[in-house]
Amino acid sequence: MTLEIIGISVLWLFLFLYVIVASIDFGAGFFNAYSAFTNKQHILTGIIQRYLSPVWEVTNVFFVFFFVGIIGFFPQTAFYYGTTLLVPASIALVLLAVRGSYYAFATYGAKINHRGYIYMYGLSGLLLPASLSPVLAMSEGGFIKMDGAQPYLDYWALFTSPLMWSIVVLSIAAVLYISAVFLTWYANKAGDVKATELMRKYALIWAGPAIITATGIIYELRSHTPEHFARIMDLWWVFAISFLLFVGTVYLIWKKKNYGWAFILLVGQFFTAFFAYGASHYPYLLYPYLTIYDSFTNESMAIALIIAFIAGLGLLLPSLYLLFRLFLFDKDYVKGKSDYHA
Amino acid sequence: MWFEDAALLSRILTAMTLSFHILYATIGVGIPLMILIAHWVGIKKNDEHYILLARRWARGFVITVAVGVVTGTAIGLQLSLLWPNFMQLAGNVIALPLFMEVFAFFFEAIFLGIYLYTWDRFEDQRKHLLLLIPVALGAAASSVFITIVNAFMNAPQGFDILNGELVNVSPLLAMFSPAVPTKVAHVMATAFMTSAFVLASIAALRIVQGSKHIYHKKALLLTMKLGFVFSIATALIGDFSGKYLAEYQPEKLAAAEWHFETEGEADLILFGVLDGDEPKYAIRIPFALSILAHGTPGAEVTGLNEFPEDEIPPLWIHYLFDLMVTIGMWLAFFSAVYVLGAWRKWPIIQKKWFRWLTVAAGPLALIAIEAGWWFTEVGRQPWILRGYMKTSEAATTSGQVDLMIILFAGLYFILGVGTIVVLSRMYKRNPVEKELAQREKADKGGGTE
Repeated sequence: MTLEIIGISVLWLFLFLYVIVASIDFGAGFFNAYSAFTNKQHILTGIIQRYLSPVWEVTNVFFVFFFVGIIGFFPQTAFYYGTTLLVPASIALVLLAVRGSYYAFATYGAKINHRGYIYMYGLSGLLLPASLSPVLAMSEGGFIKMDGAQPYLDYWALFTSPLMWSIVVLSIAAVLYISAVFLTWYANKAGDVKATELMRKYALIWAGPAIITATGIIYELRSHTPEHFARIMDLWWVFAISFLLFVGTVYLIWKKKNYGWAFILLVGQFFTAFFAYGASHYPYLLYPYLTIYDSFTNESMAIALIIAFIAGLGLLLPSLYLLFRLFLFDKDYVKGKSDYHA
Repeated sequence: MWFEDAALLSRILTAMTLSFHILYATIGVGIPLMILIAHWVGIKKNDEHYILLARRWARGFVITVAVGVVTGTAIGLQLSLLWPNFMQLAGNVIALPLFMEVFAFFFEAIFLGIYLYTWDRFEDQRKHLLLLIPVALGAAASSVFITIVNAFMNAPQGFDILNGELVNVSPLLAMFSPAVPTKVAHVMATAFMTSAFVLASIAALRIVQGSKHIYHKKALLLTMKLGFVFSIATALIGDFSGKYLAEYQPEKLAAAEWHFETEGEADLILFGVLDGDEPKYAIRIPFALSILAHGTPGAEVTGLNEFPEDEIPPLWIHYLFDLMVTIGMWLAFFSAVYVLGAWRKWPIIQKKWFRWLTVAAGPLALIAIEAGWWFTEVGRQPWILRGYMKTSEAATTSGQVDLMIILFAGLYFILGVGTIVVLSRMYKRNPVEKELAQREKADKGGGTE
């Protein structure tokens, strides 16, 4: 395995982890808002806050890790993506900032329960994946163009592209689906029958759109980037495994059993699809300008980064384990029997 | 676009984001240590008040951390969005500390979450205290790593440029540039000092507002003592920083001191205004600049005239330098008087006007932080990477920076107002008297909550 592959695998893994934890976070905000809208807020709010409060900050770090890491391993990305993404990334940043600080303001500070805020928080959770996902479309090529030596983003091509909009729809559907499955399991662990029932319903509703848009995107790539489509076809069996895992999750949720396994299968489904997609994108970071080879950092920096990464993981994994043990897997905490809030 | 200078607009947006972020970041680095100390004193003295102090600080701290995290994310991404050419170069040379900073931040985030949600969960308070150590360490470490990146921009090393290409990159050499020791030490000391004074301001404000509770007096004395210790440390390190500048970045020191001719026995210029090349209305302290720069009164200090005109920083940084130093000196002096006064029971420190001066300490320290960073950043203009890359070559070519300035200005306004409203509401609704009474009641009832 070359250093380039190690680098991109590490980053892809962290992006994947961000997708999962952020989906839970974004979706939770939306479901909370939706339940307030339908006067069922009392059912969900407690469960959602107990999960999010100790971990919301950690969620954020996965994102920072990804973009700091990609500049470190692939400095050329700063030049292409940095120049072109100013507007979309700034909008995403503002949404992220408003969301993160609002969450802290509301839950730790003022205990704001005004509905307007709850709706805005929920809505921002859907706008965020929508504003981040065009980057995936851009990486397919055709949207970033060159003006001499300077790249620029062709907004018209981007906003009229069915591919971009399918990715946006997929990201929203996936966020709601992932979040609903997780919260079904979490509510069930808490022994909260009503919340479990509600989240189970949402999980089943969003399963369909998630899988349909995912398939649709593969189809659209056939005409957008035939080369990429061909490599996806080479990996068809991984996508098939992913689909089977999807069927397994839906089956378990439908049959109301083993919600824990349902969530694990869901993570497996997204993991396989995410890595198969990434592998089929290989070797391009930005088609056709950047491959992982021509944008890679010098060797001494790559080795230093990988050593730092291993040392960092040595510190992080036990800490994350402790965090999970104390909150996610602690019976009394999950059930809300004890409140140890500062 | 108002005008075509993307580099200037990028500078404005970066300055705006950083100026806002450092207020929260400074507190974010310093307060965990203060909480740790208060918690520890509480356990050691078996004094409920100090524990409660730690607890209430921690609660407010979450709010500032939240804004610090989101604005930190903003500046992290803005570096690539606004300075793509610089980040391309920096990614090759200085990515290591950037990467390590994220790990430190990760570590802090995990344990802060745990600390906040495990009050009274452990039988032994000391176990809970242990959780705070990684928070304080993580906060300090992330400030160390990010300051290392900034130090590199001031004193780049660890690479060679051959025909416009980077060769012989050494990540470790780049990390430990000569600017690191003084910069890191100064950032840490001022963060601790500022946090102590900010907390002192809050306690003093409650006393001024009429609260007679002993809790506020304990808080005030503890934080003023800490503020004093760290302001002395700051002054010492500031002196080392002057010597560093004279050696490695003489143009910054010369611009800060309006020192034009290279000469020995150089005066230190305090205040004043510049009239052409002549400082007016200034207080001149003989030999002081030579002492600051090299430690001896006769030492020769390089003047601005030695540098090409397009490579010297703007001369108005003198005012920033003066502002920073004056506030630093004042705070060291003032906290010394306070601590001495509290010990010798001087009636002066009970006076209302004196209390108001104490209230001013926190905001003053924050102003000094801003002035200091503005000084150090504007002082390396026109370079983004001193000696290698000018700021104008590093900026984005995007035409939408002006719109982004408006967008982010709106964001920071909302976040700033939000912080103030939420924090003041939080403490007004639940004053310490009320919380103490509740805890007593709970204790008598046999419950812990």
